[in-house]
Amino acid sequence: MEVSVENLTKSYGFQKAVDSISFKVNTGEIVGFLGPNGAGKTTTMKIITCFMAPNEGDVKVGGMSVQANPEEVKRHIGYLPETNPLYKEMPVIDYLKFVAEIQNVPKPRIRDRIFEMVNVCGLKGEKFKKIGELSKGYQQRVGLAQALIHDPAVLILDEPTSGLDPNQIVEIRELIKKIGREKTVILSSHILAEVEATCDRILIINKGKLVADSTATTLRKQAQDKEIVKVTIEDGDRNEIYSSLQGLETVELVDLLPHNTQAFEVQSKAAMNSRKAIFRLCVDKGWSLTEMTPVERKLEEVFRDLTVTN
Amino acid sequence: MNKIWIIAKRELRSFFDSLMAYVIIILFLGFSGFFTWIFGSDIFLVGQASLQSFFGISFWTLFFFIPAITMGLLAEERKSGTLELLVTKPVSDWQIIAGKFLAAFLLICITLLLTLPYYLTVANIGKIDHGAVLMGYLGLLFMSASYISIGILASSITSNQIVAFLVALFIGIFFHLIFGLVSSTSGGWFAGLLGYLSLATHFESMARGVIDSKDILYFISIIFGGLLGTELVLSRRSVSN
Repeated sequence: MEVSVENLTKSYGFQKAVDSISFKVNTGEIVGFLGPNGAGKTTTMKIITCFMAPNEGDVKVGGMSVQANPEEVKRHIGYLPETNPLYKEMPVIDYLKFVAEIQNVPKPRIRDRIFEMVNVCGLKGEKFKKIGELSKGYQQRVGLAQALIHDPAVLILDEPTSGLDPNQIVEIRELIKKIGREKTVILSSHILAEVEATCDRILIINKGKLVADSTATTLRKQAQDKEIVKVTIEDGDRNEIYSSLQGLETVELVDLLPHNTQAFEVQSKAAMNSRKAIFRLCVDKGWSLTEMTPVERKLEEVFRDLTVTN
Repeated sequence: MNKIWIIAKRELRSFFDSLMAYVIIILFLGFSGFFTWIFGSDIFLVGQASLQSFFGISFWTLFFFIPAITMGLLAEERKSGTLELLVTKPVSDWQIIAGKFLAAFLLICITLLLTLPYYLTVANIGKIDHGAVLMGYLGLLFMSASYISIGILASSITSNQIVAFLVALFIGIFFHLIFGLVSSTSGGWFAGLLGYLSLATHFESMARGVIDSKDILYFISIIFGGLLGTELVLSRRSVSN
């Protein structure tokens, strides 16, 4: 079931939380929703799940509008809100039964579904405990179990791994990947590594506007349009090396690195490669080239570029 | 209808799990029993085989207890965020509200059912007007339903249970007392209007054993007024939360 967000706008008073965002998520796709705090991620998710109505635009889930047909849309969505609200005084198994009933799971199937969710989410030992007595990680699993209990076609997860320990994070990521093969998943996060590890596509949102919509690899490539290498050249005069490097045809910019007087960062011109030229230069001048490392721009920097400068 | 029942069932269960239900039942039976049988203008003092004194005291105890039952119904869900989860399930706002109303109403029904021994006792010691008793209970049920509806409305506007409790009492006291008092000291159409708005007037006529469609209409308007008001408040959720 595909989710298409069309020109979505939502304001709180005068402040636009979401400013005409449009994107589309296809079946079997896991999309990561990235953005700094207050960028509008949660608001967008709340609109997709029919919790709030947008001021303008619409969201269609499997062709059904959240405004015209909320009841039908809600049936196909599993939602894990950011705060993971739960009825703390209820035992896990009673809570899952309640959610299953309210999600129209046919009566004969409820038992099986609960059993399956308890297994999948690793709640076997805790199923008779009250939710309030569970640790945060286990409560998160209960939240995930309630979102999955009716086998929804669309999953909306707002920061699903917050508050989990590293082992649990890996487990939940694996779980999401497994589920994501046949479902449409939208998950928000501000941990870039997480999004890169689980998602097929990344949407970056900032101040209510969509600033990027592509895969992690394309985003990286975009950032690495210009090759940067770190070189350390010894047995030569620093200033001479600097000016020689700058004199190379393919080089756009040479940076002197602090702390190490013989190290430079060389940025090539767009779509050019200066590694060979640097090597030849060293051979010609009799310098020793002791280090040449490509500098990889991290996704973090791309994220910062997109969200800070805008 | 099925969805309403699922929600009501969970709510009713949480009343009993949180001991709220037991506290309410014990306090209600304690108060009403004390004043019906032991103290004040009790049955033996009145010397008539009627439950008038019980209805009189219940009129006040229920007035105070119902806001305590309803205060958490929506305020607590709002506070803990579970309201967000509930409204994103395939249920309408109306079903949520109706389910909560039904749960509180059933709790009152259970409480009143436990006073059945009063009726059986009185019926054994004298000639009782069965019709009047039935009408009295019906009056209590209608009154309870009205205050539950007002209580849910109060609970929907805040995430603080104490505020919900006080707002419910504040709205309730107008219907319970103030309209009647002002009506009796003023005159003209205004007095008539306030007299009609006073819940006590309608309750008393029912407790005396008189059934009038005007009274029924009055109670039903308050019930639906409160519930529709709640729906309106819930539908404006985009502003808060």
